[in-house]
Parts: sequence; C-alpha cells; structure tokens
Amino acid sequence: MTIELLRLENIYKNFGAVKVLKDINIKINKGEVVALIGDNGAGKSTLIKVITGVHRPTSGKVYFNENEVDIKSVAESRKMGIEAVYQERALCDQQELWRNIFAGREITNAFGFLDIKKQRKEAEKILRDYIGFTSKAITVDSTVMGLSGGEKQGVAFGRSLYFNSDLIVLDEPTMGLSIQETEKVLNFVKGLKQENKSAIFIDHNIIHVYGAADRFIILDRGEVVGEFKKNEITREELVQKMIQLHESGKIKVEA
Amino acid sequence: MNNILNSYFVRTHKLEISITIIAIALFLIYFLGAPHVFTRFPIYRAFMQSMPFFGIIAISATFVVTLGEIDLSFPSIVGITSLTFGMLLTATDGNFFISFILSTSLGMFAGLINGLLVTKIGIPSIVATIGTLFFWRGLVNVISQGSGIAIVDVADGTWHHTLFVEKLFGKIPAQFIWFIVLTALMQWVYRYHKFGNHIHFVGDNKASSQMMGINVDNVKIIAFVQLGFFSALAGIFTMYEMLYFWPTQGEGLMLTTLAAVFVGGTSVFGGRGTIFGTFIGVLIIGSLESGIVALGLSGFYVKFINGLMITVAVSIYAIIQRKKT
Repeated sequence: MTIELLRLENIYKNFGAVKVLKDINIKINKGEVVALIGDNGAGKSTLIKVITGVHRPTSGKVYFNENEVDIKSVAESRKMGIEAVYQERALCDQQELWRNIFAGREITNAFGFLDIKKQRKEAEKILRDYIGFTSKAITVDSTVMGLSGGEKQGVAFGRSLYFNSDLIVLDEPTMGLSIQETEKVLNFVKGLKQENKSAIFIDHNIIHVYGAADRFIILDRGEVVGEFKKNEITREELVQKMIQLHESGKIKVEA
Repeated sequence: MNNILNSYFVRTHKLEISITIIAIALFLIYFLGAPHVFTRFPIYRAFMQSMPFFGIIAISATFVVTLGEIDLSFPSIVGITSLTFGMLLTATDGNFFISFILSTSLGMFAGLINGLLVTKIGIPSIVATIGTLFFWRGLVNVISQGSGIAIVDVADGTWHHTLFVEKLFGKIPAQFIWFIVLTALMQWVYRYHKFGNHIHFVGDNKASSQMMGINVDNVKIIAFVQLGFFSALAGIFTMYEMLYFWPTQGEGLMLTTLAAVFVGGTSVFGGRGTIFGTFIGVLIIGSLESGIVALGLSGFYVKFINGLMITVAVSIYAIIQRKKT
C-alpha cells in the first residue's frame, strides 16, 4: 500500500541564464526514505530548497497530499509539514539553544514579546525527551558554538520531531560526524519510517545512503538520470553506476 | 571568589561587567582628580543634558550594528529631519503634532531608503550610507541655503518644550529621563521581542536565519527604519534644548555615537551585543571631554584619550571573545 505524499511535476529552476533544474519529476510516498545522489552541482541542494520553500521553481507543479501547492516561503512549507534539517548550517552559533530551536517561529504574546518561560520549558523537553541529551554540560542556555557536530545534528533532528512534520528533508546529515555519531543519525532516519514519516536524504556517502534509504534518485546536471528501488540494486552496483556516471557522463539503465 | 567568577551570570555577562568596571574606574579618576568639580551637582546636570542627544541614537544604532551592518548616514538624517521640524513648527505657528509626525516620518523614510539600498539593491551598508550621508546633508544645504532657523518664538514655554527638555524638580533634564525610559524599552525589545531575537540571528548568520524561516530583508529594513526614527527624535530633542536649527546640526554625532556602541561591547561582526553596554558607553564617551578638562589637562587631550579608551575597550572584548571559542 503506497500513499503519495509529495509529487514534483516538470520542475524547472533557472538562476538567470543558468538552468539548474531541468524537468524534474519525482514522487515520495508516506513512510518512504528517498536518497538524492549525484555529484556536486547536480542540483540536489537546489531541488530540496524548492521543496522547503527557500527557492520558488521557475516553472512546474508541486503536489503535497495530492493537492497542488505553491510554496512561497520556509514558513509556508513548515506549516504544511515539511521540515528541513540542514546539518549545522541552520543553527546560529552565538545564540542560546532555547532561542535557536524556536527561531523563525517564536512563541510570543500578542505584542510579539517572547514567552521565554514556555520556550525554555519546551526546549528543555526537546533536549531531554526527543534528543536524549543527558549531559549536564548542555542546557537550554548553552550556545550552539560549544556543541559537537553530532550534538548540533541532534538539536536539528529534535526540532523537526517536536514540530511533528510529515516530510523531513536531510541535507548531508552525516557530513563531518564521527562514526558513532553517524550511526545515531542513520538510526534516526530508519526510525522515521516506523512513524510513517517520509524523508528526503542527501549524502555523498553511498554506504550511508544505501543503508538508510528505500529508493535512490540519481541527479546529474539538473536532470534525473536514474531511479532504483533498494531491492533492484545492490550497493556495489549502485557504486558502479555512480563511477560510470562520473567517467562517461552517462548512465546505463539496463532494461 | 572562584564560585562568583564561574557563576552563570558572570559567564554570560562578561562584556557588561567589563564595561561597568571601566566606567567606574573612569569616574573614580574624575572624582579623585577633580573633586571640586565632581562632588558638585552641575557637572552631572550638564551630562544629563547633553548625553541623550547622541545616546538615543547609539541605543538605536546598536540594533543595526548587531546585524553586522553599519549606518553612517544618521548625522545627515538628524540634519534633514531637524530642518523639517524647524520649518514646520514655524510655518504652523507651533503645531507640535504635525511637525513631529512629519519629521519623524521623514526620518523613517530615510531609513527605509537605506534599508532598500542594502537589501534589494545589494549595496554594502557602509557604502550605501556614505551615499545617503552626503545626499541628505546636501539637501539640507540646498533647502536652508546655509541659514539657521530660530524656534524660540514658537517653542519656548510651550507644553511640548516642557515635555522634551524641562528640568524635573529644577534639576533633572527631561531628556535624560526619556533616554533612560527608551533605553529600558529598547533593552527589552532587543533581548525579548521577536524583532530583537531576529536581529541577533540575522547578524549571527544570514543564510542560517533564512533557512530557519526568518525574513532577513525585512529584519534589516526595519532596523534601518527605526534608526531613522530615533535620529529624527534625537534631532528634535536637540532643537528644543537649543531652540535653534543650524545647517550643520548632527555633524558632530557620528564618531561619538558609534564609539559609544563599540566601547559598549557590541560586536562589529554581528550576532552579539548589549544595550546596557551601549548605555555605559554613552556615559563614558559623553563624559570624557568635560572630565579631561576638569582634570586640568588641556582640551587637546580629548581626542587622544577618546582614542585610547576605544582601542583599550575593544581589545579587551576581543580577548574575552577569543577565550570563549
């Protein structure tokens, strides 16, 4: 049983004369983890930024829960239930965790003043319950600066869980992490499926991708050049395909 | 002792504590070096009278500096809005509301132009505001043709004159009370309002803020607009005190105002700052000239010691920050 969550139809994105995305058609089902793979400059980041509302497509249609949507901003995509986890890049170093977790969607009173008590209380809950931080060294008053890569990633994940999103977009979630921290991140991604949540996952490391994803979409120079389900392809074959693509600029899709 | 030094409050308020110690030390020097001046009230009245004119702008400019931006045009915004205020007040025979609303609106409009140049056109703020600095001052010169405007007849003795600069109990200038109230209010906005929160995030990391759903351009534009408003307000305070507009009004404000912000501990790199620090910075920078002269040094030392203060204070902050990372 597959229920569609997100569908992109004929998506184009140009930056001036540069055509970054060309006729992208992809679909993501509920409870499915899809990996976007491809070389630098293939358009992976642009594609997810279209989904999260950072960029608007030049043309094409986006369907979410089978309704056509026009995602104009990050705030709108969040409201729909799409949450991005951009590595540590979506946290601000010098600010405290209780501010970071609610940045852009602060809990405020009618005059726009922050409900500090509530933000701190909820942030505490996220740290302890959702992320499982037990260390006393990290509190809601810690600034992001002092956290390790994995801890930052944890905060970003905890935030996405707390806001109960349907689609979680993971941009290079294992970049710069230790082996142990990487393991945690991959487990988190697998855990999403059990809650019937979907994820889009970008990673350079095919070994990580292969373990965590159900389906692989290969991008090259702005186009989808291949799509495989996990049961259709072994890890070695996937690696082979990527090497082939890198060398010849083409991918051989066997019929 | 060690406990106190490691407490949460001390760890998170190093900048504020350093600047306060510097200020206390400075006033101690004044006090010991020139007791005949500093044990009497008039010097403090003089401080309270003059500090708000640049202090109000310094508090407001702290928002722009925290963004990692700078505004060099505010001296000319003071000029053009004061000119407007003076012209309107005389033309309407003392109609405060019309004069106040139109001149502060012009200040906000000037701020809006700065904000649009920086965000929509994409000019670095230091360059954009050099442009508007000359533009608005040039307009003042063209309109005023170099002559001032006396507002004694339409302002002196009115209720709005009382409201702005009258001395409470014959001692405390009203502008200082306003300055304190505004500082407290702005501190609250800076730390605990959504806008202040966004100022910190955008100044810290523009790209991250955008990804977290903060409208970076709007935050910047509003920051420049409020600085335009407070520049106009500071100009109006000065007008009521002096009862006169002169075409160079505001020109001397640039360095004292920005010095107060930086001496106060707000980081030029953005993302971190303190309104309280700026307030203390205003007390330091605003007292140096009289303090130095009272100590018996010649006026030629003023700039020299000003420079020394800025360099020493900013170096101390740099060292504190370096230890932190």
